[in-house]
Amino acid sequence: MFQQIMDTISLWALPAILVLILTYGLVKKVPLYEVFTEGAKDGFKVAINIIPYLVAIIVGISMLRASGVFEWLGAILEPVLTFFNIPTDIIPIMLTRSLSGSATIGVFSDIAGNPASTFYTTTLAAVMVGSSETTLYVLAVYFGAVGISKIRYALLAGLLADLAGIILAILICRIMFLH
Amino acid sequence: MNYIFYFLIVFSIIAGAVNGKLPDVVSAILTGAGLSVKIALSLIGIMAFWLGMMNIAQKSGLIEVIARLIKPVTKRLFNEIPEDSPAIGDIAMSFSANAFGLTNAATPIGIKAMEELQKHNIDKTTASNAMCLFLAMNTAGFQIIPATVIGILVGVGYPNPTQIIAPTLFVTTLAFTFAIIVAKIFQRFWVPQKINESGAE
Repeated sequence: MFQQIMDTISLWALPAILVLILTYGLVKKVPLYEVFTEGAKDGFKVAINIIPYLVAIIVGISMLRASGVFEWLGAILEPVLTFFNIPTDIIPIMLTRSLSGSATIGVFSDIAGNPASTFYTTTLAAVMVGSSETTLYVLAVYFGAVGISKIRYALLAGLLADLAGIILAILICRIMFLH
Repeated sequence: MNYIFYFLIVFSIIAGAVNGKLPDVVSAILTGAGLSVKIALSLIGIMAFWLGMMNIAQKSGLIEVIARLIKPVTKRLFNEIPEDSPAIGDIAMSFSANAFGLTNAATPIGIKAMEELQKHNIDKTTASNAMCLFLAMNTAGFQIIPATVIGILVGVGYPNPTQIIAPTLFVTTLAFTFAIIVAKIFQRFWVPQKINESGAE
């Protein structure tokens, strides 16, 4: 029942928004086609504008991932996680979640698809991935689009929220799924 | 950003050299640069579509209606932005799109909101308090249904994948709240944003 409601919402959210925007526009006598194309013109400009910012961030993160640094961090984190009785398989997710969306989905698919993963590990990984966003990518795209280079505390606040999310995910999964 | 950029590249080279992975680090430059352009180009079409739709929503006054609905909340959160600014409506639309997992729509709308916030920003290269807050809220990735994750779980035959919805929603809601609190605290003691001397925007 719950699942059906959720599926229906997922299916209808986007079409409903489109119908709402267009119908409201029509009622208010907005020249839909002209106004749409006028706004859509900016799509190209915005996408091109963010390229330099994306290149800087994504190249940097790709290099960091290739450098083997995450293996070091993993080695440091392993005893800590073991001490708290947290599955060490989720270390790659903790490390990549804020940095790279595609890498996180890749790592998560590996964990979920691995028959050796326990139910608890897969669940914890799923909650971690589902409850957060790729902070660095959001930063590059949103600030890049408007040409912001001095970011002040934005990144720090985002990363702290990610850390809080990781800790909360561990706590809630322990309460709900580990008996 | 200067230090982060320097750190990412120089530290990667040093660590890569120590680990004997320098060739991988160098080839990552090429793949990373290619990936960035691919992501940006793939955004053009969907960006154009949603910016077009948002233009209709704005011209028809729909954005204003939505902005008025959530005014009690945004007035407190984005207190530096005038209440009648289109930024408020765009921010509301962006979070609705995120909440329903419409990632394709959320990014263009979020960028549009950021552009509106930029209009109220005095120093165009430095993020304003409102922009930092909006970004921090976005990085918390608030959504009701984590569709991608559930999709993968269904694919691997995980028992009853929708059972992760409740814990995920719990975590993301708290992390989202935490992001707002942290941003609001930082804004007090960080190097302040430039303010317009005449006091008007």
